[in-house]
Amino acid sequence: MIERRAIIGDALALGLGTGIYAVSFGALAVASGLSAWQAQALSLLMFTGASQFALIAVVASGGSAAVAIATSTLVGTRNAFYGFAMAPVLQPRGLRRLLAAQATIDESTGMAARYEGDPPSARLAFWATAGAIYLLWNLGTLIGAVGAGLIADPNVYGLDAAAPAAFLALVWPRLTDWPMRGVAIVSLVAAVALAPFLGAGLPVLVAGVAGIVVGLALGAKASDA
Amino acid sequence: MWPTIILASGAAYALKLLGYVVPQHLLDTPLARRITLLIPVALLSALIGLWTFVDGSTITIDARVPGVLAALIALLLRAPFLVVIVVAAAVTAIVRLLGWLP
Repeated sequence: MIERRAIIGDALALGLGTGIYAVSFGALAVASGLSAWQAQALSLLMFTGASQFALIAVVASGGSAAVAIATSTLVGTRNAFYGFAMAPVLQPRGLRRLLAAQATIDESTGMAARYEGDPPSARLAFWATAGAIYLLWNLGTLIGAVGAGLIADPNVYGLDAAAPAAFLALVWPRLTDWPMRGVAIVSLVAAVALAPFLGAGLPVLVAGVAGIVVGLALGAKASDA
Repeated sequence: MWPTIILASGAAYALKLLGYVVPQHLLDTPLARRITLLIPVALLSALIGLWTFVDGSTITIDARVPGVLAALIALLLRAPFLVVIVVAAAVTAIVRLLGWLP
């Protein structure tokens, strides 16, 4: 019971943090030339922050619609892998499966991953996190989009550090052994090193695959020993 | 702009759904199970790197770096989620305000 309350508390806390970040998305979207309605539609329909930021970045730089769609789609490719990872835990059927798909984002998958080997807690973490973030991400977008004129540059408030900090907090409980730490370090360094050479979206996927390969190699060694 | 938003959102949803419609038996091997455990850690770590050290396609050290380092210290001190996020934003904002880093 205490665990249940702790999971919901963490979900709300993460929702609040993400909501703060959503304010910067709403403000930047309007600064990029979108209407407040269009910014809100992205948060309601697309509901995957990195892709939303990628899309407005292309729009702001004067890129074509095709490039904007391609970039945001490539950045969102990881959600397919998250769904692949969450399917055996959630085992959703019918309408629940359609809802689970929309709820599959970095935070809900990351929070569920903290409860490896405890499917009921993982399911609660997934749905509570997705629900809290859906509400607060959209509320934050609304505040940012409507108040865009008041916030000239949201980065003044350090909001651009909120997302990497939140993700660090998400992976933190999983970094208890060296194979996992190795995966995190290799993925992080590879993504940064590849960023100047690959277009938006690709560094994450290539670095992620590199990290997974390293994890399998390190894991194999550990089980042989 | 509306067609771009609708098409990009549709593609995003199709990708999310894809993971759930892949046949379950493909997941039912020891290798697939180990990979599914590694996926969130690998991809989130890659995003942490990009959102801390990269601006556009340029590697850069700006005020986000001390912010994320402060988040790391907060985690080492077992701070709760919201504290970690607020500490990161506050440190980044202060470093920018003082003009130490852009």
